[in-house]
Amino acid sequence: MTTWDPSKPILEIENLSISFATRLRDIPAVMDFSCTVMAGEAMGLVGESGCGKSTVALAVMRDLGRNGRITGGAIRFKGQDITHMSEAELRKLRGSEIAMIYQEPMASLNPAMRIGDQLAEVPMIHRNMPKAEALALARQIVADVRLPDPDRILNAYPHQLSGGQQQRIVIAMALMAKPALLILDEPTTALDVTVEAGIVDLVKDLGEKYGTSLLFISHNLGLILDVCDRLCVMYSGEAVETGNVAEVFDHMRHPYTQALFRSIPLPGADKTTRPLVAIPGNFPLPHERPKGCNFGPRCAYFQAGRCDAADIPMTDVPDAHRHETRCLRWAEIDWAAPPAAAVQAEAIETGPVVIRASDLRKYYEVTSGAFGGGAKRVVKANETLSFEAREGETLAIVGESGCGKSTLAKVLLGLETATSGDLTLMNEAIQSKPVQARGAETVGRLQMVFQNPFDTLNPSMTVGRQIIRALEIFGEGADDAAREARMLELLDLVKLPRAFADRMPRQLSGGQKQRVGIARAFAGGAKVVVADEPVSALDVSVQAAVTDLLMDIQRKNKTTLLFISHDLSIVRYLSDRVMVMYLGHVVELGTTDQVFAPPYHPYTEALLSAVPIADTRVEKRRIVLDGDIPSAMNPPPGCPFQTRCRWKSDVPGALCETTLPPMRVLENGHQIKCHLAEDILARMTPVITLAAE
Amino acid sequence: MLAFILRRLGVMALTALALTFVVFFMTNLPPSLDKLAKSEASFRMSDEDVASWLDANGFSRPLIVRYGEWLGVAPGWTHQAEDGTLTGRCYAAVPRGEEPPRFCGVVQGFWGQSTVFKQPVSEVLARSLGLTGWLMFWVMAVMVPTSLVLGVLSGMREGSRLDRTLSTFSITSTATPEYVSGVILIVLLGSATAGLSPLLAEWGWIEGRTLFQGTATSAMDDITFWNFGLPVLTIALYGIGYIARMTRASMTEVMTQQYIRTARLKGVSFPMIILRHALRNALIAPFTVIMLQFPWLLNGVVIVETLFNYKGFGWTLVQAAGNNDIQLLLGCSVIAVLVVLVTQLISDIGYVFLNPRIRLG
Repeated sequence: MTTWDPSKPILEIENLSISFATRLRDIPAVMDFSCTVMAGEAMGLVGESGCGKSTVALAVMRDLGRNGRITGGAIRFKGQDITHMSEAELRKLRGSEIAMIYQEPMASLNPAMRIGDQLAEVPMIHRNMPKAEALALARQIVADVRLPDPDRILNAYPHQLSGGQQQRIVIAMALMAKPALLILDEPTTALDVTVEAGIVDLVKDLGEKYGTSLLFISHNLGLILDVCDRLCVMYSGEAVETGNVAEVFDHMRHPYTQALFRSIPLPGADKTTRPLVAIPGNFPLPHERPKGCNFGPRCAYFQAGRCDAADIPMTDVPDAHRHETRCLRWAEIDWAAPPAAAVQAEAIETGPVVIRASDLRKYYEVTSGAFGGGAKRVVKANETLSFEAREGETLAIVGESGCGKSTLAKVLLGLETATSGDLTLMNEAIQSKPVQARGAETVGRLQMVFQNPFDTLNPSMTVGRQIIRALEIFGEGADDAAREARMLELLDLVKLPRAFADRMPRQLSGGQKQRVGIARAFAGGAKVVVADEPVSALDVSVQAAVTDLLMDIQRKNKTTLLFISHDLSIVRYLSDRVMVMYLGHVVELGTTDQVFAPPYHPYTEALLSAVPIADTRVEKRRIVLDGDIPSAMNPPPGCPFQTRCRWKSDVPGALCETTLPPMRVLENGHQIKCHLAEDILARMTPVITLAAE
Repeated sequence: MLAFILRRLGVMALTALALTFVVFFMTNLPPSLDKLAKSEASFRMSDEDVASWLDANGFSRPLIVRYGEWLGVAPGWTHQAEDGTLTGRCYAAVPRGEEPPRFCGVVQGFWGQSTVFKQPVSEVLARSLGLTGWLMFWVMAVMVPTSLVLGVLSGMREGSRLDRTLSTFSITSTATPEYVSGVILIVLLGSATAGLSPLLAEWGWIEGRTLFQGTATSAMDDITFWNFGLPVLTIALYGIGYIARMTRASMTEVMTQQYIRTARLKGVSFPMIILRHALRNALIAPFTVIMLQFPWLLNGVVIVETLFNYKGFGWTLVQAAGNNDIQLLLGCSVIAVLVVLVTQLISDIGYVFLNPRIRLG
């Protein structure tokens, strides 16, 4: 690579087209894609699932599988065309010059090989380094990715590490040969937000330290803003806009980019005064792409006869630095105009308390060891939970994996019974009634919308039949005809065409399936709906529509919504009150404004700081938590958060390590489980501030 | 680890107890006792004679007591004939004239007397197990490496020409029962007048008249390639196909895993991907299958040992079953149970070493 001039781009993709061969036809996955990455630059690739962003990344590695084929264009790495390289030449490049970091760290590491061996392999292959030397280098890099106790880690197997640690190992593996280009394919999607924040910081620092260029693939605009210098927005196999991150975020010149930003909950969005604007319609399937502009059918600025006439080329936006857009009308559109008058809805009056929990506990007994036996241990999944939710109210339950929010949902629904404490639904005690023992009416009143709409519908039953089945179970409707009519009404309620009653689940998109799930939840006239991450499996543009629908139904039916989520942006947007959970404890409970403003519980503070926000005006205080969430099997003594708390030194004595803090009630019913003194709490400053424009 | 093995040994003892009781019950059903009496004494016995013979030989007492005797936890029966001579179960366990012990059963090491071979069961079993042990050893030595290589080769590139060729071979070989393949192999390789041997002899490639000998009787004294090749090949061929199919399935699954992609994009060459990354993960499933082959071989040898006239465990089992030799049958069943349970224990322990995600509690 001696001929390469560092002022030239590291990676140059020119008019790249990729197709996948199937039995029926060749499916073009990526068309006419171009982008350049300079030395030391971080390039972001953004788009919804199926837009071809991962395909581009794999094409750079020339690893498209047996069906994938590069049908046109060139990929030049340091001036050499990768598309025509032999396997041997590629092998020299892979791992040493270009390295990749993957979405699922656990699956990406060999389960039967020690971490040290997997790391040492890289320099042993590419630099013929002796094993001892390679292991020493691995030890140094492991320390570089800020993992504690490198010697133990090198000797461990992947399953002995946590998700965050595994991802750090994958990053370490990528850095072993000091590559010139690092490709990150959704590196933090499988991780919790506070862990994600640590990884993102690490990637940025290492990129600077080693001068590595990054190709960062994500669907999360907030992360892109955090990490990247430039970005490229993709839609349905094409790049639609590319430019500087700040430029594209603040002065976007493509309708899709604009629509994307309007459909994500940014600070300032509010369900009553400034609702989100969902992108109408669905993502086109690769073989059903429209003529002309792919985004045309969903675009607010669409002009028939012009936008659907011929393929649209990328054009330069002259006023900016290397800013391009694939839109014919970009110069004609008034980009500063506010979104077309979104329907402003009235806030709902909250009614009487519908569901109340006091000192609710759920403990599990587990045995360790693969062949039975071993010590019995108690997992305290839920500890003394006390809360209430009123009619028509949205109570958000927030926390990272392992905090006990899903256990709480199970207890509420009767899939598990509480170990102790009280749970009342409209004056009926249900804490120790499993779902089988609850009457049809109770079950109908308290329903759930599940996280993954793909697995919760019976694949061999029509949509209508599934809803009717729910109606039958809840004893709704006098006869079949009445139930049929009610089913059609429910489809109306979730804004699905009535014709969908005869469709099979596989014919529906993710968002449509989730609507069916919601219709089914409301079949028994639900008064309380537990929504367990109802939109996290959906694409950004669909999320807004499904969220809106839930809000809409809530307004109509005065439903109480228990909204379980780890996504603080969406929680801030739609909830009235927020309950923050950590390791089975409620650490903070209050109205949305109280929780999102100081004084915070130290965990809430870190959580807020960790959430990436796709807004250039936002200034955040960076608080990165050390370490991982402790195991619920072996929680720390005293305050559950004390192992990672940055405020611990402000509490006198060893109070945090020894005593579980009591739930303190601050002004206006704001509750915090923390030992910090009043004056310290009062001194806390906001994590997120909006800079004046 | 130790606690696990102890627990497993306990479970094994219980299983062996239950299974031997079942076999004991089946072999001690009245009709077979009847037959035993007639074959041991006289075929023209009257029913009363049979009853008194059974009484005199300890068969008249309750089944559970006799099972206890056989185990060695109940005192052995004694019978005083009208002329005053004492007979009993334990008299056969010691040289004539010595005072017999009170207990004599499997626990004490006394397995009974084989009626067919007129020898103690333990001697018969030891000899036949030794012979079968050699057969199994050579079968495993041929079968395991061959089948793993075939499976890995065909699984590493699913759908390739190599895969299809090897898969065809594996399916054919595992679909051919041993009594068919054995005969075909004898004709093809072990006959002086048909198959390959006359050709090879004519070209002077082999000394003697056949490549392999069609009978393995001489292998009982001295195992050679010539006399042992065919029985080993016959058994191995069947197992090779089976294990190769299992290995292939496991290998193809491993090759689609993400960590294989990680290795590929690390720049690891294809042979190294197979050897360092895929192999250990791909061997986890076939390992259990290979361990299951041991008990299966114990049965598989019945046909082959009979076919090649090799007087091993299978052949002995056939003799015992055919001649209603109760003590020998019981002995065989104990051995079979032990082999099953021991190999399963080894397979579980080996599994832990292959798969670091499993820990022993």
